[in-house]
Amino acid sequence: MEMNSPIGPNALDKPGVVGKPLDRVDGRLKVTGGARYAYEMQQEGVLYGFVVEASIAKGTIRSIDTRAAEKAPGVVLVLTHRNAPAQGTGNHREAHPVLTGSQVMAYGQPVAFVVAETFEQARAAAYLVDLKYHRSDGKYALRSNLKEVRVPKPNDAPAADSAVGDFAGAFESAPVRIDVTYTTPLQSHAMMEPHATIAMWDGDKLILHTANQMLNQGQRAIATTLKIPAENIRLISPFIGGGFGGKLWVNADAILAAIASRELKQPVKVALTRQQIFHVTTHRSDTIQRLRLGSDRDGRILAIGHDVFSGNLPSEQTYEGAALQTRTLYAGPNRLTRHRLAPLDIPVASSMRAPGESVGLMALECAMDELAEKLDLNPVELRVRNEPSEDPEKHIPYSSRHLIACMHEGARRFGWDKRNAKPGQVRDGHWLVGMGMAAATRGNPLLLSKANVRLDPDGTATVKMAMTDIGTGTYTILAQIAAEMLGLPTERIRVELGDTDFPQAAGSGGSWGAGSSGSALFEACNALREKLARTAGMDPATARFDDGSIASGELSRKLTDLVGAGMEADGEIRPGRNNKEFSQQSYGAHFAEVGVDADTGEVRVRRMLGVFTAGRVLNAKTARSQAIGGMVFGIGAALHEAMTLDPRFGYFVNHDLAEYHVPVHADIPAIDAIFLAELDDRSNPLKSKGIGELGICGAGASIANAIYNACGARIRDYPITLDKLLSSLPVRA
Amino acid sequence: MRAFTYQRADSVTHAAAAAIKPGSKIIAGGTNLLDLMKLQVETPSDLVDINRLPLDKIEETAEGGLRIGALVRNSDLAADPRVRQRYGVLSRALLAGASAQLRNKATTGGNLLQRTRCYYFYDVTKPCNKRSPGSGCAAIAGFNRIHAILGTSEHCIATHPSDMAVAMRALDANVETVDGEGKTKVTSIAEFHYLPGNTPEIETSLKPGEIITAVTLPPPPPGVQVYRKVRDRASYAFALVSVAAIFDSTRGRIRSARLAFGGLAHKPWRVAKADQILSDASADTATFNAAANAVLEGARGFGGNDFKIPLTRRTLHSVLAEITRT
Ligand SMILES: Cc1cc2nc3c(=O)[nH]c(=O)nc-3n(C[C@H](O)[C@H](O)[C@H](O)COP(=O)(O)OP(=O)(O)OC[C@H]3O[C@@H](n4cnc5c(N)ncnc54)[C@H](O)[C@@H]3O)c2cc1C
Ligand code: SF4
Repeated sequence: MEMNSPIGPNALDKPGVVGKPLDRVDGRLKVTGGARYAYEMQQEGVLYGFVVEASIAKGTIRSIDTRAAEKAPGVVLVLTHRNAPAQGTGNHREAHPVLTGSQVMAYGQPVAFVVAETFEQARAAAYLVDLKYHRSDGKYALRSNLKEVRVPKPNDAPAADSAVGDFAGAFESAPVRIDVTYTTPLQSHAMMEPHATIAMWDGDKLILHTANQMLNQGQRAIATTLKIPAENIRLISPFIGGGFGGKLWVNADAILAAIASRELKQPVKVALTRQQIFHVTTHRSDTIQRLRLGSDRDGRILAIGHDVFSGNLPSEQTYEGAALQTRTLYAGPNRLTRHRLAPLDIPVASSMRAPGESVGLMALECAMDELAEKLDLNPVELRVRNEPSEDPEKHIPYSSRHLIACMHEGARRFGWDKRNAKPGQVRDGHWLVGMGMAAATRGNPLLLSKANVRLDPDGTATVKMAMTDIGTGTYTILAQIAAEMLGLPTERIRVELGDTDFPQAAGSGGSWGAGSSGSALFEACNALREKLARTAGMDPATARFDDGSIASGELSRKLTDLVGAGMEADGEIRPGRNNKEFSQQSYGAHFAEVGVDADTGEVRVRRMLGVFTAGRVLNAKTARSQAIGGMVFGIGAALHEAMTLDPRFGYFVNHDLAEYHVPVHADIPAIDAIFLAELDDRSNPLKSKGIGELGICGAGASIANAIYNACGARIRDYPITLDKLLSSLPVRA
Repeated sequence: MRAFTYQRADSVTHAAAAAIKPGSKIIAGGTNLLDLMKLQVETPSDLVDINRLPLDKIEETAEGGLRIGALVRNSDLAADPRVRQRYGVLSRALLAGASAQLRNKATTGGNLLQRTRCYYFYDVTKPCNKRSPGSGCAAIAGFNRIHAILGTSEHCIATHPSDMAVAMRALDANVETVDGEGKTKVTSIAEFHYLPGNTPEIETSLKPGEIITAVTLPPPPPGVQVYRKVRDRASYAFALVSVAAIFDSTRGRIRSARLAFGGLAHKPWRVAKADQILSDASADTATFNAAANAVLEGARGFGGNDFKIPLTRRTLHSVLAEITRT
C-alpha cells in the first residue's frame, strides 16, 4: 500500500489488544539472559579481534611495525593498510572502508586490527603495534572554524536553507525582539551494548551477527564496501542493546571482522571497548545556534530566524538539522532558517537521539521563553498565540496537530498556574525552586517496509521481517497488531525479527520503526484475512476475526481448519502523496520543576510531566516507557552530557562513562508521561505517529527554562553545570 | 592488559615479601587496578592477591577507637553500626562514593591507594608526568575541570579522588602497614598521602612491598559530623569539592572544629589554621569568611577548574551555616 489517501475505518478502530499496556513479549528473555546479543552468539573456532586506534587526529602513518604483535602469543593476523583489501567508498551511510591507506583523517580511526585466539591475547598484542606518525595541523573545534563553513548538500535530508517573506526587514522593524545564541555540546550515544560483530563466511556468502539498527541499509553498505553482491550478505540482529542512532550505519567492527574472517577462513568476533566507541563510531556534532524572534506587542511572531552551525568531516554532508522544526512549529509570515557546516578533522558526526529537534528545541524553546518574559506573557499563552493553521513554510495542512491540547492538559495536571513568573522567588530550604515548560515536536517519517505472516495448522501465526527491536518494544507491538488482525491471542503470535533473510524493513531509527513495520504487518494481515475469508467462502469486507475463528453472519469457521498445511501472505507499506501533501509531526508539551542549590549551584530535577499526542498509541506501556526514556535523555542533555574536545590533540578527552556523564537513577525524579487520544488518518494504516524520540524533544529546554525561573540565570551554553550558575546565585560571605 | 603471574598470599608477611619484587602489585577489590591494567596504565608483571588474608575485621581499640582491617569492604564499613553511630562522617563519605556494586568490592586499603581520575593519566598516548615521569603534564594547559587548585606543582595538578580518605583525614586516622620483613609501622593519614612536587608518580609514604593492614580511628571527637559532596550529578560522580566537617558548637558558639576537603588537591586537604579560626569562635559570617580564606590560601585555578575557588567558599559557608544552626 502506498500512502496516497486518508485511511478509512479499519479493523484497529474497535477496542482490542492494540493499545493495551501489554508487558514486553521478550521481557522474560531479556531478564533471564535468554536474549542473545551479537557478541554472545557462540561460534565454533571463533577468533577475537581488537582494534588499534590512531592516536593522532590528522596526518600520515610514517611507519608501522607489527612484528612484535605478530609474534605475541595467540596472534594469527595483524591487519593494517598494507595488507587490507581494496574497498568501495561512499559517505558514512553508504560505505565504511577501513585501513584504506596511511592517511589519518580523524582521531581514533582504526589503523590496525589484531586477531588472536583469545580476547586478552588480541588486546595485549594490540598495544605492541608500533606506529609512528607525521602529524599535520587539523581543524578541530567548531567555534574556531566558523569562517570556512559551507552550505551542506546532503542527498537524503532537507535542504539546508529555507526562507519565506522578508525576514531581515520584518525582524528589524518588529516591536519586540529576541536575538540570542545558544550552544549545545558534542554528545555521544552512550548506549548500553557496545558495537559488536561476529563475522563468518560460507564460501562467498558472508554472515554477520552484528548490532545494527537498520539491517537492509547495512547490507547495502557492506556490499558496497566489500564489493560483493548484497544477496551474499546476511545480517542477523535479533536483539540490540540500544542504539540511539549510533548503530544506524555500519561501523568498523563489522567490516574489520568480515575482512579478517575472509582472510583467516574462521569466524572472527569483535566488540569495541567503551573507550573506543567515543572515537571509532559516530557522535552528535556540537551546535552554535542563533535565534531571532520578532513579535508584535501581543506576542504574535512577525519574524522567526534560526541559524545553525555544526561540524563534520570534510567528506561528509550530514549536518545537525537543529532549525528544521523551526520551519513548522510556529506561525509567522517572515521566516529564515539556515544550516552551515564546518569541515572538521574529528570523527564523523551523525544522527543521535532525535537528530535536529533534540538540540534545536533546546535553543528555540528557550528563546520562546525569553520572548514570553519580555512580553510579560505566560509561555503557554505565547505558544497558543502562534499556533499556525497550516504549515507556515510548505503551506500544506497538518495531518494532525494538538499541541495546544497538550499544553493545556499538561498545565492543568502540573499546576502550572502556581508558577511565579518572576525568577528566584520560590525557596525550599537551600533550594531555589522553579518551573519551566517547552513544546515538543518530532517529524513523523514513513519508510518502505515489508512483512510476511503465516498461519500454521497448530493455530500459531509467525511474523517475519528484517525489522529490529533496539529495546523499544517492537516485538510486542507487532505481536499485538497481528493478534488483533487475526483474532488470535498474543501468545499465539511468534514475531521473528532481525534477519535480512526476512522481508525488507525500515529498521529502527528516526521514530519511523513502529509505524513503518507495523503498517507492513497490518497489510500482510489484511492480505491473509482476505485469503482466509475466500477459503471460508465469506466476504472479506464483513468477515470478523475473533477467538481463532472467522465469522460472517451466523457462519463461523475455525482458522486452523482453513489453513491446510499453512497459509501465508505478504504486505508492504510505502510513503506516498500523504507524506508530501501533509505536514506530519507528533507533538507534546513538557513541564519541569527543578531545584537549584542556592549555595553550590547543583541542579536537581524535582518532577517532570510530558503530555503528548502521537496518533494511535499501540501499547500504552511501551509508549510511556519511550516517552519517559526520552525525557531522561532531555535531563542528560540539559544538565550532564558533553564530550570535551581537546583542540591540541583533536580528541574527546572524557571518553568513558565515568567522565562522560549521563543521568543516573538518583538524577531522575518522578516523571510522568501521558498520551492524549488522537488518530492520524494520513500517517499510516495504524493511524499512529512516531513516538521513539518525541519525549526527548523539548525536554531539555523545559529544564533550562525551569532553572531560569528558579534562580534567574539564563544559561545559553549546554550542559547547564553548576560552574555556569555560581555567579548568578545569592551572594555568600 | 599485559600478561602477569598471579599468586594468592596466605599471610601478610608472605604478601609483603612477594610484593617487594619490582613490577609486582597487590590486588584487593581490583576496582581501580584492573581498569588501569586494561588500559595499560598499570602493567604489573606479578599480582599478589590479598583477599584471603584475615584483614576484614572492624575491632574496638583500647583507646575507644576503631581498627578497620585493610580488606573491610566500603559497603561493610559504611553499614557498621559503630561507624554509623560514632563516625557518621565516614559512613556518609563512603556512601557518597562510587556505586553500590563498586562499594561491595572496594576495600579500605584500596580506596586509600586509588589513583587519580585525571583524563590524561588514563590515556597512555598522552603526556603525563605521573604515569610516565618527564613526559609533561597534559592537564595544566588542557581540560582540567576536575583538577586541583591547592598544593599543585608545575609537574602535576591531579586530585586524589577518594571520599573515604577525606573523612579519615578529619578523623585523624592512622594507617598501619607491614613490610617484607614483617616490620609494622603507623603513619598518620596527614603524612600518608604526598603532594605531587617534582615526583607526582610517588603518591604515598608506602615503600615497595609495604602493605596496608589497617586504618585506626582515634576515639570520636565531640560534636556533629557532616559530609557534603558537590558533584556534577546526583550519584556516581567524583567530588568537585567535598567537605568533611566535625563541629562542636552550641547556640552560635563554636568550641572546636575540624574541616577536611576532597576534590581540591593531590591529597585530602586540611588546614590547621582554618580549624583554629573556627575553634572557640562565634558562628558568624566573619568567622566563616576567615576560615574560607585560610583554606583557600594559595589556591590557584588552571582555567577549567577556576570555579572550584568560589565553589569551595560557598560550599564551606553552606556547611558551616547548617552545622552551627543548632
Ligand atoms: C566508575 C567509578 C566511580 C567511582 N567513584 C568514586 C567516588 O565517587 N568516590 C570514591 O571515593 N571512589 C570512587 N571510585 C573508586 C573506588 O572507591 C576505588 O576504585 C576503590 O576504593 C579501590 O579499592 P579496591 O580494593 O578495589 O582497590 P584495588 O583496585 O584492588 O587496588 C587499588 C590500589 O591499591 C593497592 N592496594 C590495594 N590494597 C592494598 C593494601 N592492603 N596494601 C597495599 N596496597 C594495596 C593496589 O596495588 C592498587 O594499586 C570509583 C570507581 C569507579 C570505577
Ligand atoms: S595532572 Fe598529573 S595525572 Fe594529570 S596529566 Fe598532569 S601529570 Fe598526569
